[in-house]
Amino acid sequence: MDLTTFLIQCLNSVQYGLLLFLVASGLTLIFGIMGVINLAHGSFYMIGAYLAYTLASYTGNFALSLLIGIVLSVLFGYLLEWGFFSFLYEREHLLQVLMTFGLILVFEELRSILVDDDVHGVPVPSWLEGSIPIGNNMTYPIYRLFMSGVCLAIAVAMYYLIRKTRIGMMVRAGATNREMVQSLGINISLLYRFVFAGGVALAIFAGMIASPVSSVYPGMGNSVLILSFVVVVIGGIGSVKGALVAALLIGFVETFGIVFWQQAAGALVYVLMAAILLWKPEGLFKQGT
Amino acid sequence: MNKSITTRALSLIGATALALGISTGAAAQEKVKVGFMLPYSGTYAALGNNIEEGFRLYVEEQGGKLEGLDIEYFKVDDESDPSKAPDNANRLIKRDQVDVLVGTVHSGVAMGMAKVARDTNTLLIIPNAGAGAITGPLCAPNIFRSSFSNWQPAYAMGLVAAEKFGHKTAVTVSWSYAAGDESTGGFKEGFESKGGKVLKHLSLPFPNVEFQPILTEIANLKPDAVYVFFAGGGAVKWVLDYAAAGLKDSIPLYGPGFLTDGTLEGQGKAAEGLYTTLHYADDLDIEKDRQFRAAYEKRFNHAPDVYSVQGYDAAQLLHAGLKAAKGELKNRDAIIKGMRAATIDSPRGTFTMSRAHDPIQDMYLRRVEGNLNKFVEVAVKSLEDPARGCRMK
Repeated sequence: MDLTTFLIQCLNSVQYGLLLFLVASGLTLIFGIMGVINLAHGSFYMIGAYLAYTLASYTGNFALSLLIGIVLSVLFGYLLEWGFFSFLYEREHLLQVLMTFGLILVFEELRSILVDDDVHGVPVPSWLEGSIPIGNNMTYPIYRLFMSGVCLAIAVAMYYLIRKTRIGMMVRAGATNREMVQSLGINISLLYRFVFAGGVALAIFAGMIASPVSSVYPGMGNSVLILSFVVVVIGGIGSVKGALVAALLIGFVETFGIVFWQQAAGALVYVLMAAILLWKPEGLFKQGT
Repeated sequence: MNKSITTRALSLIGATALALGISTGAAAQEKVKVGFMLPYSGTYAALGNNIEEGFRLYVEEQGGKLEGLDIEYFKVDDESDPSKAPDNANRLIKRDQVDVLVGTVHSGVAMGMAKVARDTNTLLIIPNAGAGAITGPLCAPNIFRSSFSNWQPAYAMGLVAAEKFGHKTAVTVSWSYAAGDESTGGFKEGFESKGGKVLKHLSLPFPNVEFQPILTEIANLKPDAVYVFFAGGGAVKWVLDYAAAGLKDSIPLYGPGFLTDGTLEGQGKAAEGLYTTLHYADDLDIEKDRQFRAAYEKRFNHAPDVYSVQGYDAAQLLHAGLKAAKGELKNRDAIIKGMRAATIDSPRGTFTMSRAHDPIQDMYLRRVEGNLNKFVEVAVKSLEDPARGCRMK
């Protein structure tokens, strides 16, 4: 492998890692900080992709569909927390697993009824179409670079929000001791409703923004679900910084695994997880970082 | 542990629903019980549906009877889940006591069905799954296939790539699972038999669709051609990514028909002009195909596809067996002999059965034009799967 190819593969790794981060970031909030085991996270990603597909055919404008999609997804997350998840905080994990597994089935069936079981493509917005030449005979789609930029921006914004703002402080405090925060006069239920809505919105947004390169197909949420959990566990439960580092790490391992060791490529990520958990049982970073 | 409780509960509910849903009308009159074990939910739901419609269309065209025997249908959703295959197949065989098992799409499930069919000596007609093993080491007198083997279109494409298009080197790509290995192996066999050379086989774990590392590797290797085996969502994404990586114009892309069948809407312009091989195509110049398409559209209000054809031919195959046995259901040997010797007048063109009970059929070269996989020419005439490991004569 020459240097150019190596550099392109590094770019592939970073690009894939950043996308993984975006998908997993919502789970960091919901599972990591709020402590709810949410198996339906992959479904939110799937909903995002189908939302982008549906909205794109109505509006014909990618930026506008993204905007509408974000508003809808926050609303959706808010209602979901109010109607379902708010009853589960005090319950044992088995019940959370049962309910969120049920949600997966419901969402998949709804998708089948409302859209269909075919594979669809979402057009890349015209102002991001085209690609730049890279290496000798390859081009890199501009949209992929744009996607990486967005993921990076969201990573920075999330880190800032949770580490440096007052709201972030309350969220972190709530994760440590719910009652104490409540007795300080903070409406923790409402706050968490918004955190949850934010987590759902992030997953849906990830699905929307990834849809032009991932295409839209049944069962697409299941594959990202497992990887999202791996990212959160490796990075340290509830750590945004950890999720970013873990996602990038997985990006490199998957990419170079496929190039150098195809037979084992499917298992390498899990070997990595096992090794890191042996070394640091809590994950790479602490909660709230 | 949590998950196993959930799945157990779900399968209980599913079993109850099935038990309630299927009538068990026993009548005195002699009839053939046909058990459809097909995917009626999930990704392959549309395929299962089309296979059943094709089968029913043929029976209806014969006036609802085959050789004077009424046909009674039983249905089980196989969920494309190999682990449930033995249970589901046994349900049809033991409980419903079907005479013929028809299924399925997913190769893993079909292998499970083949195992049960061998053990219980039930007649099995496979209307899609192309796994080589079924008509290879697992072949049996009572197991037939009305579709194709993974090897067939792949081998044909290998010949076409070397001879018609004059390529010298190629790279093959697929998910690392049995169907992918069989298909890329078939291509390699055909391509190298005509002096080509497969430089490298690239694979990634199923169902990973992050193709960038592989595309980069292809650009690095610079072969004359690329052959891929992907289906469904993976096929759409591969074709889009291949074009976006700027490789489509510099390194021609080939594949079996599944690369562009039922996926063209999602692939859009990125698929235009791609060549694929399959045992069926749009705009075939065959009278039987025109009649079939018209009748199918009229009956079901949507266009048929290759899966409908395979279902239709499964029914024809059964009919040929019953004809040979003169409607004597008990005369199993005559039925099997009749099916083995049948010449099927299929919408895809006539075909016969090989010693391993696979269709010996023409492979067509097709080219994507708009929303169609247009027939270009016959790539290989009467291609027979080598059926390696099958001891039947």
